[in-house]
Amino acid sequence: MRVGILYSRIRKDEKLLLNELRERGHEVEKIDVRKERFGLESTTANVDDLDIVVDRCLSTSRSLYATEFLDSYGVHVVNSPETGDVCADKAKNSLALAEADVPTPATEVAFTAEAALEAIESFGYPCVLKPVVGSWGRLMAKIDSRNAAEAILEHKETLGHYEHKVFYIQEFVDKPGRDIRVLAVDGEPVAAMTRTSDHWLTNAAKGGETKSFDLDERATELVERASEAVGGGLLGVDLMEVGGAGSGEYTVHEVNHTVEFKALDAASEVDVPAEVVDWLEAKVAAAADGEEVAP
Amino acid sequence: MTSDTDTLLAEDPITGEEIELPADVEVGEIIDSPVTGTELEVISLDPVVLEEAPELEEDWGE
Repeated sequence: MRVGILYSRIRKDEKLLLNELRERGHEVEKIDVRKERFGLESTTANVDDLDIVVDRCLSTSRSLYATEFLDSYGVHVVNSPETGDVCADKAKNSLALAEADVPTPATEVAFTAEAALEAIESFGYPCVLKPVVGSWGRLMAKIDSRNAAEAILEHKETLGHYEHKVFYIQEFVDKPGRDIRVLAVDGEPVAAMTRTSDHWLTNAAKGGETKSFDLDERATELVERASEAVGGGLLGVDLMEVGGAGSGEYTVHEVNHTVEFKALDAASEVDVPAEVVDWLEAKVAAAADGEEVAP
Repeated sequence: MTSDTDTLLAEDPITGEEIELPADVEVGEIIDSPVTGTELEVISLDPVVLEEAPELEEDWGE
């Protein structure tokens, strides 16, 4: 098959994917979105005759616009712009999960510091303030007191970008020092790992220690439903255990649409890039057979 | 510049020192400078040209 890769930098994740595609004899078209232009009817990017395009843009804004344009030309792109739109924004992500009855942390959005302070006080301390767009645990605040809340809100109001005036406030989930990252393709788990840290942020990007994790039936079901809630695709579903490690009860706090998998590939026995390419091959085969293709 | 089949040689754009890269490196790839640890982007392969990678932007991530 002919596979396009939308990117702006080739990280270890993209390298693993490129190597797997090439080893299987697939033709790869690397599309550096920084160098291309996207018009209403066509693009400078060479997308003709591509069977599928995989969005691996590091920048959320580029990811959203590039996939939207490619989709408008009739290019089969994963993940779909609809999935990207929901996953890129934490507020939309939370709403989608809640609408699908997937357990997710209690969340409120407010548009002024005064209203945000009211939301924080209603949650009580600690609670969490997150940017609606962002990743890798950046600019996340665990708020332990009213004094801290007032200071953080004042700082956010002066940050400049309008998105910082959308205050996304969430209950603090007392997780057992770890959360769970699941990589899934159209809701089917490929591999899972825990991310453990003494810090309240356990992201691998923040140095969380990773370890392979076996999903139980409940977690598997929630991953499937969370994936469906955001439109499916190649996703990173993040869960926290509520009631302690091994409790079997979870809350899904986030679904990521340009999921990184190098840490998961290293932590688990699963050959993650191979599984991803298996999925791409199946998507292309299904499209060729004229089946309805899940986004 | 080529040293042997396993590595390529290139100039570190920050220090000017010669550094070794894996032979399978490709355009767009990000590597850590073995001299300074700075992230470098592979701009071209023939010749091998490196530039300091763009700094992290606010909307980068997953």
